[in-house]
Amino acid sequence: MKKLVVVLLALIAVAASPVKNGFEVGDTAIDFKLKNVDGKMVSLADYKDAKGYIVIFDCNTCPYSKAYNQRIIDLNTKYAAKGVPVIAINANDPNVSSGDSFEEMVRIAKKKDYKYPYLVDETQEIAKAYGATNTPHVFVLSKDLKVTYIGAIDDNSSKADAVTKRYVEDAVDALLQGKAAPTTKTKAIGCGIKWKSA
Amino acid sequence: MLFALFGVILSVATSAQTINQIKLKDLQKLLTTKTDRVQVINFWATWCAPCVKEIPLFEKLKTDNSNIDITLVSMDFDLDPDPAKVERFVSRKGLKNKVVILAETDPNSWIDKIDKSWSGALPATLIVNTQTGKRKLVQKELHEGDLEKLITEVSN
Repeated sequence: MKKLVVVLLALIAVAASPVKNGFEVGDTAIDFKLKNVDGKMVSLADYKDAKGYIVIFDCNTCPYSKAYNQRIIDLNTKYAAKGVPVIAINANDPNVSSGDSFEEMVRIAKKKDYKYPYLVDETQEIAKAYGATNTPHVFVLSKDLKVTYIGAIDDNSSKADAVTKRYVEDAVDALLQGKAAPTTKTKAIGCGIKWKSA
Repeated sequence: MLFALFGVILSVATSAQTINQIKLKDLQKLLTTKTDRVQVINFWATWCAPCVKEIPLFEKLKTDNSNIDITLVSMDFDLDPDPAKVERFVSRKGLKNKVVILAETDPNSWIDKIDKSWSGALPATLIVNTQTGKRKLVQKELHEGDLEKLITEVSN
């Protein structure tokens, strides 16, 4: 009888444990090998001297991605030199959102002169593994891929000059000082990632 | 002839609904005030293609079912606080459902207060039985038949 209770309790515990849906702050993220707009494969491990990474799930089409485009470029300008580069990943299914084709990614990266990789997550497996839902959706990682921040770039999507909280900058500054991010998780209104239809 | 034309313009102008700007507390009231009508709340924006695509499902639901209240909550203000853009969209589409604009800033401070499991991505649809507190949140584009299923699920 006692054994049965133990088994039952174990079953309940398994049933009650939430399904893991992407990474949480404190988790160790996974590396990836994805195709860049220049045709070369890129992994985080390629950045031998990196002190961390700003991984951003982004796309060509979302008005929020457009509103944040210059701010993402500026983040890379400011932090790549300090060893924390931006790594942008587009996971949108071009069959759902035709403007998110690889050719369009190449065109936009050229036009905007991206100094950071803009990778295509064709199988959407990396977006799913990370638990990305929106564009742009940021994951700040330490050198050893510990997730230190997940969420929005800042607190004002419509006006860059009216921002009062720079979540990503604060998280990266903290990372560079060996401190925990002051804010570790935020949410924002945005475009849902365009998933492949099942 | 000219008078007839004016008449048409006037009737179009008067049939367009007034779109109220609401605050978070108004939305929370909608989610918690006990009523026997199921609350169907859709978060959308004029720029959001999958949102625009699924809006006819809500319009059809309005004509089919009188035991529900449908509210289409425009989230346009977060990116562009221009009510005229939403008004033009609503009158162009001739939407009959109630449309409101959520006029709040700093979404990180209130997304969890609408629903903790919501990422903030659009479209999102929240279906609530205020009597029992049962609720369903869908964070993707809806298809034919989905709404009916969800309404039945919260009703039982």
